[in-house]
Amino acid sequence: MKNLFTAAAMAALAVGATAGSAQAGTTFDAVKQRGEVVCGVHTGLAGFGAPDAQGNWSGLDIDVCRAVAAAVFGDAKKVKYVPLSAQQRLAALQAGEVDILSRNTTWTLTRDTSNGLNFTAVNYYDGQGFMVPKSLGVNSAKELDGATVCVQTGTTTELNMADYFRANNMKLNPLTIEAFEEVNAAYASGRCDAITSDASQLAAIRANDLPNPDDHVILPELISKEPLTPAVRHGDDQWFDVVKWSIYAMIDAEEQGITSANVDEKKGSDNPNTKRLLGVTPGMGAALGLPEEWAYNIVKQVGNYGESFERNVGKDSPLKLERGLNALWTDGGLMYAPPAR
Amino acid sequence: MRTDERELRNPAYTHTEEPDEPTAGHPPTRTWDLLGWTRKHLFSSIPNTILTLLCLYLLWLAIPPVVDWALLSAVWSSDTADACKVEGAGACWAFVEQKHRFILFGLYPFGEQWRPMVAVVLFIGLIAGSCWPGFWNKGLLAAWAVGLTVCGILMWGGVFGLTYVENSQWGGVPLTLILSVVGIVAAMPLAVLLALGRRSDLPAIKTVCVTFIELIRGVPLISVLFMASIMFPLFMPEGVTVDKLLRAVAGITLFTSAYLAEAIRGGLQSLPQGQYEAADSLGLNYWQKTRLIILPQALRIVIPPLVNQFISTFKDTSLVIIIGLYDLLTTAKTALADPEWRQFYAESYIFAAALYFCFAFFMSRYSQYLERRLNTGTRR
Repeated sequence: MKNLFTAAAMAALAVGATAGSAQAGTTFDAVKQRGEVVCGVHTGLAGFGAPDAQGNWSGLDIDVCRAVAAAVFGDAKKVKYVPLSAQQRLAALQAGEVDILSRNTTWTLTRDTSNGLNFTAVNYYDGQGFMVPKSLGVNSAKELDGATVCVQTGTTTELNMADYFRANNMKLNPLTIEAFEEVNAAYASGRCDAITSDASQLAAIRANDLPNPDDHVILPELISKEPLTPAVRHGDDQWFDVVKWSIYAMIDAEEQGITSANVDEKKGSDNPNTKRLLGVTPGMGAALGLPEEWAYNIVKQVGNYGESFERNVGKDSPLKLERGLNALWTDGGLMYAPPAR
Repeated sequence: MRTDERELRNPAYTHTEEPDEPTAGHPPTRTWDLLGWTRKHLFSSIPNTILTLLCLYLLWLAIPPVVDWALLSAVWSSDTADACKVEGAGACWAFVEQKHRFILFGLYPFGEQWRPMVAVVLFIGLIAGSCWPGFWNKGLLAAWAVGLTVCGILMWGGVFGLTYVENSQWGGVPLTLILSVVGIVAAMPLAVLLALGRRSDLPAIKTVCVTFIELIRGVPLISVLFMASIMFPLFMPEGVTVDKLLRAVAGITLFTSAYLAEAIRGGLQSLPQGQYEAADSLGLNYWQKTRLIILPQALRIVIPPLVNQFISTFKDTSLVIIIGLYDLLTTAKTALADPEWRQFYAESYIFAAALYFCFAFFMSRYSQYLERRLNTGTRR
């Protein structure tokens, strides 16, 4: 009887173990079998991931999901968007509810390790900054001694600012407000001398919430590093590669001057790098386990990184963000893709 | 004589009939007289007069700007936000005009949004119909079965040429109604069982019920939702996922049932012991006794706390914002993500609040009607 139990337990364990190992490392297979990429996105953040009045998603983070779908299926529309709150986003990825987390998430050491995530490639370099009215005559954050600064409560933004002021021996008068909209309104009405938030948000506030955008200036100092990066979960390195290289392909395409408009023409290019990237010289797709047209499909359907940037957050969008750190390395920014070869 | 005295002291009540007619055996007709009423209620003493004037002054300060903002200077219709951003413009109802479909129906495919609209109208019709005592018979159950099937077909589709829409794309008013109505309807039977179980003589059942109720009541709804939405999937084997909406509904149901159970227990305890003994003496068994004698009386007593809990549950569904479901409040908030319109948050929240108020007010008025109707004869 006891033996029977042991045998049954062993069998159950064995079945469980096979099920486990069959599951591990098969995000990519599951995606291919399902026929769509399940992408965890923001519930609504302008420029990065938000549904419009018709419920169509757009944004810089959304384009990562579309690029991966274009690479895997040749169709950027094969994405299912799962809106996630800030609190549930990491758990949703860990639990396998989404294949990619492309939701304005900062790459940090603990998230990369103990949270069980793998961060792919940075798609936006953000950082906390300050904005002041030009009439204040301030040119550097170091001159903000004693200034009243509007800040949202309970965010790391508030802590970063306190650290920065303490480190520079400056006196701080924070005006902390709970709701994001009211922080902007308080600054607009002149209740504080300066406002602090992520630089991308400051630019958006300047473009949209202030009557005269030209009267305000974003100070050059960034007091925190916020590399916003799409992530996948530990356990499937091939899927990790696919997502990472889908982003790199967009950056590489921009560097090589390949756009959604000229990608067909560029297929005839003599440049060996372009030929490799676009699959004219085969090999890259096979290495990733993708069709050789993978990067061609990304650029054709989603565009290169520069196009995606300008369309969602740059000069063609209401946010009007500068490229800044997000320019290509050749233009003095940080966007740098390893060679596709 | 006494009536005359009262009239002298209280000028609000006056005769309309011939004053010289004798009042004996003829009660005076009370009519409302503005001047008298005002003098009695607003200017009866010097402090009252000061308070009245002060209140009038405050109203004078508050009302004209609000009316001006909300109605007179409001921008009612515009395709772009520029019309609202001009100097002196009031409320930007054009925002609601532009975004109302997103706020009402969330991410439901735009071209198919007539489906949730019909479903919501049908659903509200069913609820309103069920409120009418004339329909309280077996036919109502059949109507619900048919109505819910039609609603399901409309929302999901996949048959009769309707395209399939996953429930992860549902949002706005339909989602809020589903979360609250399913939550309340499913919680009611569970709550009755829990309340009965808590008063049971069987220690095992009693312990289970008490533990469940105290455990759920001891934590906030937001943590129940967190458990359902975030912890639960981590305990499941990889690849096994339970529908997000189902998990949220289950969480709300469990939470509501614990509170309803305590309200119902109050009703059970307020019944005189004689009712139980009378039922026993008729030879009824436990379930007959409970169904025929105890519950009808107990539930009638607890209508006010039950409706209180219903309203509370209805509004609490807005907490699903933290698990990424697009209920009415979340869609109102998400509509603001559009940079062009995002400074008009007040309009968005007022619109959502007005919708919430309509539903909650209906529930409140209906409960008062129900109380009056069911309490005929026992009114104290």
